[in-house]
Amino acid sequence: MTTATATATHEDHHHGPESGLMRWIKTTNHKDIGTLYLWFSFTMLLIGGAFAMAIRAELLQPGLQLMEPQFFNQLTTMHGLIMVFGAIMPAFVGLGNWLIPMMVGAPDMALPRMNNWSFWILPFAGAILLSTFFMEGGAPAFGWTFYAPLSTTFAPDSTDFFIFAVHLLGFSSIMGAINIIATVLNMRAPDMKLMDMPLFVWTWLITSFLLIGAMPVLAGAVTMMLTDRNFGTSFFDATGGGDPVLFQHIFWFFGHPEVYIMILPAFGVVSHIIPTFARKPLFGYSSMVYATASIAFLSYIVWAHHMFLTGMPVAGELYFMYATMLIAVPTGVKVFNWISTMWRGSMSFEAPMLWAVSFVFLFTIGGFSGLMLGIAPADIQYHDTYFVVAHFHYVLVTGALWSIIAAVFYWLPKWTGKMYNEKLAKVHFWWAVISVNVLFFPQHFLGLAGMPRRIPDYSLQFADFNFVSSIGGFAFGASFILLTYIVIDCIRNGAPAKARPWEGAKGLEWTLEPKAQYHSFSTPPSRKLIEQESQHS
Amino acid sequence: MFAFAYAMVPIYDVFCDITGFNGTTGRVNSEQQYEVDENRKVDVSFFAMTMGGFPVQFGPKVSSMTIVPGKFYTASYIAKNNTDQTVIGQAIPSVAPTDAALYFKKLECFCFNRQVFKPHEEVEMTLRFVVEPELDKRIKDISLSYNFFKLEK
Repeated sequence: MTTATATATHEDHHHGPESGLMRWIKTTNHKDIGTLYLWFSFTMLLIGGAFAMAIRAELLQPGLQLMEPQFFNQLTTMHGLIMVFGAIMPAFVGLGNWLIPMMVGAPDMALPRMNNWSFWILPFAGAILLSTFFMEGGAPAFGWTFYAPLSTTFAPDSTDFFIFAVHLLGFSSIMGAINIIATVLNMRAPDMKLMDMPLFVWTWLITSFLLIGAMPVLAGAVTMMLTDRNFGTSFFDATGGGDPVLFQHIFWFFGHPEVYIMILPAFGVVSHIIPTFARKPLFGYSSMVYATASIAFLSYIVWAHHMFLTGMPVAGELYFMYATMLIAVPTGVKVFNWISTMWRGSMSFEAPMLWAVSFVFLFTIGGFSGLMLGIAPADIQYHDTYFVVAHFHYVLVTGALWSIIAAVFYWLPKWTGKMYNEKLAKVHFWWAVISVNVLFFPQHFLGLAGMPRRIPDYSLQFADFNFVSSIGGFAFGASFILLTYIVIDCIRNGAPAKARPWEGAKGLEWTLEPKAQYHSFSTPPSRKLIEQESQHS
Repeated sequence: MFAFAYAMVPIYDVFCDITGFNGTTGRVNSEQQYEVDENRKVDVSFFAMTMGGFPVQFGPKVSSMTIVPGKFYTASYIAKNNTDQTVIGQAIPSVAPTDAALYFKKLECFCFNRQVFKPHEEVEMTLRFVVEPELDKRIKDISLSYNFFKLEK
């Protein structure tokens, strides 16, 4: 750091936010950047959601009604990529930016300029990715997993733009992760020990290590694709001595940790909300920390359970099957801890709690269908069917996305200083939770009956469940209009919130002003305050 | 971890060679002697495929043979180039079940080198192989398939 930069940040410190557009472009404030991340991911959620609506509209009836199969494939591919890299991951980084410094009693993120950069890469990466729709040959149409040789030999030219976008998204994620590790380890209040940290901080710290471990492997995979496509290498080309199955190994070596990157912060969020509304300390705080760390470790050694059908020796299948089953143990610890936290609590069901409790229930359904898929001989039947689609939407929509919405309602008063409309929020919750089950639950049946995923047409016996699923899909999609209204209504007309709007809430962030001041914790919190606000009993 | 992604390429090759993972077949350099149990029989079936519009007709001469593990056998494939151009191709072998791949060893094979097919030429290509007696006793059938790819140059 040069002295010039130090002075510049020092000046900002006293003057508060700049006015106008430049505030958002030049900002190094963790709260501003958190807000930017959250709005960006919400925009991406709506775009990815629009793709999903088009997919469900095509699948409403058997036969091809609305689009060419090639365009359908582009939609499924871009839906997956936008939701994973554009919506869920940035939303968690946004939550992390907003909350982690406040939760550890730090004035800001450790590397604020890098923080600005890691956000501002995203809109460009997203724009590059979306622009492929308007290119000759259309957008990538090989699925979000972009298996070679479909993505190398047989892909449209726009694939090179997709590769560049993935590189950019990877840079952004890695910088975000470095920043969070540096903040948690170096900027934490001097009196806060690691085992005093709230669980959201813990889960994000562990997620950051997953990001730093996994994203470069993805970058390696797409770089190999790039050189295979343009520079005559044959990493994945059998004629040149390469192997397409190698692509799957590299991809899933990234891909499996990736799914935990998207769910571990969700575990953190829920571990805050349930104790608050059960008005009890979190049951088994330290076991939660160890369970998170074990899940993170196990996530690196189970990747080939996505590849049971590539032709693996029985020993390999057995190993990957049992290792996968092992993940159910720490995950079960977490679920039982949440239930034990609620046990005999004085529970109340404000919107965040409704989302959190339904998270526990619905995520567990997704977890169990994951266990079913992890059984190697059964996977021969389930592989690449709608059962898989149902499984990962239960863990990613009613898991990751649920926790994000829960977090938005839970911390919205702290972000805006205002309360949202509780009645509307409850209507929205019941609307969303019913429609999401109408949308995804029948997909289990479709998958077990053998309907393949990523196909725009299907045979007649699948018609009824697809119709039901599509109707649920449209209803679920429409629920986001209400969500947008509730959030904007809260920002514009919400009633003033108290500094601690939830009776049972604990955590350093609630000791701040009702709308967290632009610069918080310029002096670190005292040991007494940290103990008072700790999640342990 | 970026370098690790690249390191996975050679690691994967070595891993496949050692374990027979992914149906990778092994090689032997001479006709070594194995302990042979004449009463033990294994059926080997031969398959052929071509990829990406490979213009040469390609198939096994006999579709299957019964062999005794530990003995060397010769099998052959016939390829006929029906075009007016010279075609260069590379065959990629694969053995199923994968647990047999480790014990399926080749002394010589047309897949070791690229093959040149002159216009309208018909050639017989051979491989000499052995199935090692260490093969799991429960495996009674082995499939060997070749996939021919066109090389650009």
